[in-house]
Amino acid sequence: MENLVRRQYIISGIILLTAMVFVAKLFRLQVLSSAYVQYATNNVLRKVVQYPARGLIYSRNGKLLVYNKAAYDLLVTPRELGSFDTLSLCNMLNISVDYLASEIKAAKKYSYYKPSIIVTQISSEDYAYFQEQLYKYPGFYVQPRTLREYPRSIAAHILGYISEASQELINKDNYYNPGDYTGATGIEKKYERYLRGEKGVKYFLVDVHSRQKGSYENGKRDVPAIVGENIITTIDMGLQEYAESLMQNKKGSIVAIEPSTGEILAMVSAPYYDPNMLVGRSRGVNYARLSTDSLKPLFNRALMAEYPPGSTFKIANSLIGLQEGAINNYTSFSCSGPASYPIRCTHDHVSPLSIQSAIRESCNPFFWNNFRLIIGNYSTTAEGYNTWRNHVLSFGFGHKLGTDLLSEMDGNVPLESFYNNIYGRRHWNAMTIRSMAIGQGELLVTPLHLANFAAVVANRGYYIVPHVVRSVQGYNSEKETLGFAKKTSSVKPEYFEVVINGMQDVVEKTSLRYTTRVQGIEVCGKTGTVQNPHGSDHSVFIAFAPKDNPKIALSVYVENGGWGSRYAAPIASLVIEKYINGSIANSRKWLEKKMLDANLLDTIQPE
Amino acid sequence: MVRRNTVVGNIDWVTVVIYIILVFLGWVNIYSAVYNEDSQGIFDISQRYGKQLVWIGAALVLAFFIIIIESRFYVFFGYLIYGIMLLLLISVLIFGTEVNGARSWFIIGGFGFQPGEFTKFATALALAKYISQYNFKMYRLKSLAIIGFIIFFPALLIFLQHDTGSALVYTVFILVLYREGLTGVVLFFILLVVVLFILALVISNTAILVFMLVISFLSFYIIHQKFKDLWKVVGVFGLIVAIVWGIGVFFNLQFTNVSVLLIGSVISALVFLGLSIRKRLHKISLLIVIFFGSLLFTISVGHVFENVLQEHQQARIKELLGIESDPLGAGYNVNQSKIAIGSGGFLGKGFLNGTQTKFNFVPEQSTDFIFCTVGEEWGFLGAFTVITLFIFLFIRLIWLAERQRSVFSRVYGYSVATILFFHFMVNIGMTIGLMPVIGIPLPFFSYGGSSLWSFTILLFIFLRLDANRLDRIL
Ligand SMILES: [Zn+2]
Repeated sequence: MENLVRRQYIISGIILLTAMVFVAKLFRLQVLSSAYVQYATNNVLRKVVQYPARGLIYSRNGKLLVYNKAAYDLLVTPRELGSFDTLSLCNMLNISVDYLASEIKAAKKYSYYKPSIIVTQISSEDYAYFQEQLYKYPGFYVQPRTLREYPRSIAAHILGYISEASQELINKDNYYNPGDYTGATGIEKKYERYLRGEKGVKYFLVDVHSRQKGSYENGKRDVPAIVGENIITTIDMGLQEYAESLMQNKKGSIVAIEPSTGEILAMVSAPYYDPNMLVGRSRGVNYARLSTDSLKPLFNRALMAEYPPGSTFKIANSLIGLQEGAINNYTSFSCSGPASYPIRCTHDHVSPLSIQSAIRESCNPFFWNNFRLIIGNYSTTAEGYNTWRNHVLSFGFGHKLGTDLLSEMDGNVPLESFYNNIYGRRHWNAMTIRSMAIGQGELLVTPLHLANFAAVVANRGYYIVPHVVRSVQGYNSEKETLGFAKKTSSVKPEYFEVVINGMQDVVEKTSLRYTTRVQGIEVCGKTGTVQNPHGSDHSVFIAFAPKDNPKIALSVYVENGGWGSRYAAPIASLVIEKYINGSIANSRKWLEKKMLDANLLDTIQPE
Repeated sequence: MVRRNTVVGNIDWVTVVIYIILVFLGWVNIYSAVYNEDSQGIFDISQRYGKQLVWIGAALVLAFFIIIIESRFYVFFGYLIYGIMLLLLISVLIFGTEVNGARSWFIIGGFGFQPGEFTKFATALALAKYISQYNFKMYRLKSLAIIGFIIFFPALLIFLQHDTGSALVYTVFILVLYREGLTGVVLFFILLVVVLFILALVISNTAILVFMLVISFLSFYIIHQKFKDLWKVVGVFGLIVAIVWGIGVFFNLQFTNVSVLLIGSVISALVFLGLSIRKRLHKISLLIVIFFGSLLFTISVGHVFENVLQEHQQARIKELLGIESDPLGAGYNVNQSKIAIGSGGFLGKGFLNGTQTKFNFVPEQSTDFIFCTVGEEWGFLGAFTVITLFIFLFIRLIWLAERQRSVFSRVYGYSVATILFFHFMVNIGMTIGLMPVIGIPLPFFSYGGSSLWSFTILLFIFLRLDANRLDRIL
């Protein structure tokens, strides 16, 4: 047992040996080596975040829609503040002394050691002068940033804007720090992940006077920022600009789609605003002005305004009637004009008439009979209604289309249960919901829904989910083309031809031929008039062109524009002509001028 | 009754004073590490130093209660306490909250509690109770199995919580067992394993082989003590290697240096093994077995390293051994820590004047890297003082343990001393780049209620046992 007691010395020896090794190592680190003292008492590392340039946004033809310009943020580290000439600093930056004092106080509250941004987005002109004076202001320094700039003041709703990251986002995603910018709406938000790039870090050694003493360890630890990826949109810059000009002084929207690809060529929500307004130091003021404007310029009508489709919906009902066998190409119904029951006809035309003529004349009694037979084909109203409803949904109505645009609305195609709740099960029939036959009543669609429907007709039975971004391209990587789903309608292609002939007749054989016919292009369209309880009716038009191999499908809503033929159809024809022919024929210049000059904002008083 | 009144008088006040000095110094450094001019008052509960003050107050109360409880209580309930702690460990695995990747916390009302910290003293109690049994014998399969269970079951549970650092602490009980009679060969093997592990990662296979051959021949000489025989053995080995090399060249077998040495070693080993068995030289056979065991171990290290250890653990070890250097990644903490300590110089920058630790360059500065603040602000002198205080405490504890009359108290005392030592060794070793980055606290110094309380309980139970050392009932 005696030798076990001796083991205490071995254990103590291990402990002492460890301590001796530690002391020796510490002696080497602290006393012998001068390498570590090189970062001596007065030297402090400063970490400067390198902000990457945000990705650029291009039009479908490769023209710049959004680029960056340099701006600078002024930061302060309270601990390093010395005495300085407050007044001259304020004059240089064009800020008040009170503002500077309160910002410095806030910065101190945040941290003495970490820098806080106190003035944002100083222009490069101001910075050039300020930079030379900076040494007089210990504790202050400047960090470059990039601001968005829009060479043409268009497409604000599509592009969206950037704003400071919210606290919520900062908590959720550790990429963001207070004061960082992030996409707030539109493409800027949806494609933030691509656009933002990757932040870098640069380390500097600075002395107590906050003067840079050069990079730390020759920049070995610096991480360069990686530029954001560029976005190539589907927007045709010329067409977008032209469509916006046609909608000046009007409320409403234009959505134009390339049917074969689902690519959105132009999307206007009027009134619109200049995207340059929401950039830079005046952003706050402008934003407040826009958001309180009674005409709601920030509201994207193309995606978010829900209207009844009006008579344009007769195209959908025609297709469903043919698919369901409720009617065929030759089925005729008679029309008694204003005396018709249960829906009056507002047009004067031959009677009886079949589908192609009925579309041309927008004959309400014909479409009532068609609707009645679709529902009546089934043993119960509910079954008939659900069949009809499923066809409608297959055209893209009644739900979000799943585009890459944010804040799409669902629209509304009521569920069977909706009517059961109102009238009671089995206590309603086609008659009860007859307004559906002519696109009124509970039906609600967005301009995007209608444009997409025009594309379904143009494609004879399918659509590609509409989208505004075609591809993204990194700084050093392959272009990545984004894919969007193809959806097929439940109405078979063979039923489209007669309907399309009817739509061609609308443009060529009614009074529309004076305004909406375009020389050399077979345009197919359908007007609509949406009853508006708050004022003049809304003017609606859907169209596509050319009839064979369509290049463009679109919807136009002009609020308070009255008949569809009055504003929506001519505007649509101008958009088509501009896109396909590249310019407006001289014979139609008068029409273009009339549309450009039309001012529909003054005619109604805000309620 | 007389004895009970003298409990206070029997307490080892020297240890208590060292404890109080360490806790006080710890708090001063935490204060400095998190100090900024923005918040005032040392009682600011929103700051870590304010909270630590609360923990310290609670720890002192805890210490007081531990002292007034009868020492028989700790002996009697040793297994029960151990069992309860195991249950807590299991339940934290199931219901616990994950903090920094380790599922080892109960979070109750904003306060974190880490059962793993408290298992140390419970394990020490259980181990002491088992070893102090009347007819305990170390070298029985049953004893070894039970001891193994007592020590390594909690370690396994803590390991499962992904708290590798705290699990490794339990290996230090080997030192306690060594004091209680475990053969020194075990310590030798642990040393061998560590050395081989490092060598396997750092140097080439040929060099390891040569190194081990030299060691084997030296060991042979130490065991056998005959210089003449050593020359014979080396000669035979050389001859066999030469023959293998000759055959390789003659048949154009393209042997590498390693394979020549390896084949030579195997053949020589077989020859010597035969000889040693015939001549009944068992120690020589053992030597040969160890040689090949080590060889196998070295070969398997690469495999274990790449397949068993996690990537960040690999990176930390590579960083430590200088195989790979990544000052931004795995090496960042240690590099910053060394800059902080190194820039302290001989006398330090002075209280609250540290710059490296202030600017968040050293992560975890108030917990695992608290020693940086000591090194930066108090310099070599301060660091030396702290190390001396700790060493004094450890030696004092061993001395106290040796003066116990009961095995229970001695085993427990050694457990206290070695557990504290292991934390000291790994934590400070890590901050000065002598140990891989294993996140375990520096006793009494690091910020945190659980660790401070657990070390306080650990220490004061021993002081309580020591105060009763003259009692025979234990
Ligand atoms: Zn009619």
